[in-house]
Amino acid sequence: MNISIYCFLIVSALMLAIGIYGFLTRRNTLAILISVELILNAADLNFAAFNRLLFPAGQEGYFFTLFSVAISAAETAIAIAVMINIYRNLKNNFVENLDSMKW
Amino acid sequence: MASTIIFYCLAAIILICALLAVTTKRIMRAATYLLFVLFGTAGLYFLMGYTFLGAVQVMVYAGGVVVLYIFALMLTGRKDVKDNEKASIAKKMAAVCASLGAAAILLFVMLTHKFINDGGLLSAPAEPTGEQATSITQIGQMMVDAGHNGYLLPFEAVSVLLLACIVGGLLIARKR
Repeated sequence: MNISIYCFLIVSALMLAIGIYGFLTRRNTLAILISVELILNAADLNFAAFNRLLFPAGQEGYFFTLFSVAISAAETAIAIAVMINIYRNLKNNFVENLDSMKW
Repeated sequence: MASTIIFYCLAAIILICALLAVTTKRIMRAATYLLFVLFGTAGLYFLMGYTFLGAVQVMVYAGGVVVLYIFALMLTGRKDVKDNEKASIAKKMAAVCASLGAAAILLFVMLTHKFINDGGLLSAPAEPTGEQATSITQIGQMMVDAGHNGYLLPFEAVSVLLLACIVGGLLIARKR
């Protein structure tokens, strides 16, 4: 068995491209957030793969991925709080309705 | 050999579910497909021998973040406003061009770059051995170590960030 680093890089690059596509086409803010999670996940996979396959003696990529997971969980919690607040004010979650910062 | 087959299965699951997550009309299904993508990524971490990272991925992402999504979807869903996810053809074409261009540039740079030790092969046994091994004990000690190899500062910064996140989330989502 020999899995090259290129295999991991191709998977994460395609995941990032799919996330970008979703980010540009979705209209619901929650669906956009799901696309953002895909992009973040691709970056995490890259960090872990670089650490494991190029510098197996180090732990930098490992810890970067660990902290990245924690930070993306925090980001999701805040974003969902904002979206629930938006829903309370506008009664829907579509981005084209979010054209003013007024209450 | 077995790990190669497992890798290709996981890669196929990840890519197909990611594609379905951004193209499906219903958001609840998109969240479910995202769950499968995150499980597949955890599987790749397990395959690399990073078992703790895979466990964190399953617990925090699959167990925490996706549940949060589901609850937010149920809180903001309405019967009379349907999931009108239809984007115009021109917008879809532009998005396809943008994402394909991004993928092409990334793949070109990555595949033509010469990595050290030829990109390295993930060879059997998948579990790193000797001084490369990252045991739970070692992770815990490095997490609270203020020395050269330690990650005490980011650890404390993340704890402050999570506290700020709790307070901010309550402040934003509370009823006025």
